[in-house]
Amino acid sequence: MERKSAVISPLVWQLISFALFFGLWEIAGRWPISFAFPPFSKTLLALLRMLADGSLPKAYLSTLQPLIIGIVLCSVAGIGFGIGMGLSRAIEWFSLPVFIILQAAPMAAIIPLITYMYGIGLTSKVLAVVVLAAPVIVMNSYKGIRNTNPSLIQMCRAFLGTRRQEMIKIILPHAAALIFAGLRLGLAMGFIGIVIAELLITPTGIGDLITYHSSVADYPEMFAAIASIILFAALTIHALERLEQRLFPPETRGLEDAG
Amino acid sequence: MPAETIVEVKEIDMTYEGGVEALAGVSLALPEGRISTFLGPSGCGKTTLLKIIAGLIPPTHGEIWVKGKKVDGPGPERAFVFQDFALLPWANVLRNVAFGLELRGLPAQERHAIARKHIAEVGLKSFEASYPHQLSGGMRQRVGLARALSVDADIILMDEPFSSVDEQTRRKFQEELLDLLRHKHKTVIFVTHSIEEAAYLSDQIILLSPRPGTISNIIRPNIDREGRNPDEIRRDKNYLDAVDEIWEILKHYV
Ligand SMILES: Nc1ncnc2c1ncn2[C@@H]1O[C@H](COP(=O)(O)OP(=O)(O)OP(=O)(O)O)[C@@H](O)[C@H]1O
Ligand SMILES: [Mg+2]
Repeated sequence: MERKSAVISPLVWQLISFALFFGLWEIAGRWPISFAFPPFSKTLLALLRMLADGSLPKAYLSTLQPLIIGIVLCSVAGIGFGIGMGLSRAIEWFSLPVFIILQAAPMAAIIPLITYMYGIGLTSKVLAVVVLAAPVIVMNSYKGIRNTNPSLIQMCRAFLGTRRQEMIKIILPHAAALIFAGLRLGLAMGFIGIVIAELLITPTGIGDLITYHSSVADYPEMFAAIASIILFAALTIHALERLEQRLFPPETRGLEDAG
Repeated sequence: MPAETIVEVKEIDMTYEGGVEALAGVSLALPEGRISTFLGPSGCGKTTLLKIIAGLIPPTHGEIWVKGKKVDGPGPERAFVFQDFALLPWANVLRNVAFGLELRGLPAQERHAIARKHIAEVGLKSFEASYPHQLSGGMRQRVGLARALSVDADIILMDEPFSSVDEQTRRKFQEELLDLLRHKHKTVIFVTHSIEEAAYLSDQIILLSPRPGTISNIIRPNIDREGRNPDEIRRDKNYLDAVDEIWEILKHYV
């Protein structure tokens, strides 16, 4: 009984919170705060219209393409480089300061520079994603490797593990959770990168929908596009977070490092 | 009956990076098939010395000889029980205990059969599928012990293996350790903080001075264990004398 109510009540609270949020949005839109700010109901209808006429799905297909290419590139090269940094003092020495700065810097500021150098094509958009997503992916892989419990490495050596076994059976499993978290954070950055790129470089996909509808004053459509990408990104990241909890329960990650 | 020397520690000095001098001029001979104990105040270098013998830490100066050969790394004839357990948090008890054999490339079925036997020996039979975070400190320590027993090494190096178990379990383990020696002819090198435990178990107790650790005394209790139960041994004059003698020396370090 008690368990059940404990499971239900957060959900109820979440629903109430959503209802309140959309209710306030509706009121604010009808007031109106600004004639460019549509109420929730009109935005929802616009969203359904765009789904029905296929413009929204089409936009997503074109937005997701550079995003996915960028994230896949980062996963391969970024994780590889991060692991290298964790294993080799030399690589760590010359690249760690760079990545610490990159991770703290507002990398979005570089996007206009990318356009200047690589034009307005797919390459630029992929690069925008990479530039934003790579630092956190590299840094998390690096930290995952570097934080391996030294006692476990000693144990592996005491029981005659080879360097290769040490890598596969101790270091990588130990780092896996942090690496995965890096990918999730990287994807979140990638969403920011791609939206900025589509607004700043060439309007395609979601960026195109937003720009076009705002230029012809279809504000409900413009808002629907904005809300949909926010929702889409939030749900994707949330799903990855759930998967991460499932794959790497905190208790089995190592008792002393909380990541 | 004088036993042959199985491990020789020759003039070991150890200074850690950063300048901490942990050991200075330690030389020792450890007899085969016996229990030798390192005893001394916290931080005097017991773990360091044990790890140097295990080949896990290269000493700044000096040599370790095992079975008449100079060694400079871990070997199959030595197994280690870690003070902080060193269990894989993402692996269950069965895999942890079988891990030493896994590293040697033994097929899963064989290594699990061996591991199960030792898990039962340390009293964790119903915990094979549990993960370290689900076990108490004492149970984790037993997993580490079972892992060391599984690889069937001649020399078992134990860093305070009974420090996290209750007194009953501790005494049970002590008996089992003595049994192990009687039946399997293992050599045990052991670190403990307990004077009683050292005197009760050891053929030879090496007392270390505070940092940098040097050998301050070697005590051989010479307790006759043949056919006597633990309570009789604990009333034995030689046992009680050894306890007194150790305390006389250690109390100067407190
Ligand atoms: N990796 C290390 N780097 C630097 N100093 C170390 C390192 N390991 C141990 N020391 C130092 O060396 C000294 C001896 O340490 P050690 O762990 O061998 O002591 P111990 O006798 O096992 O202590 P305890 O009884 O508390 O386990 C201590 O002063 C410790 O601070
Ligand atoms: Mg110690």
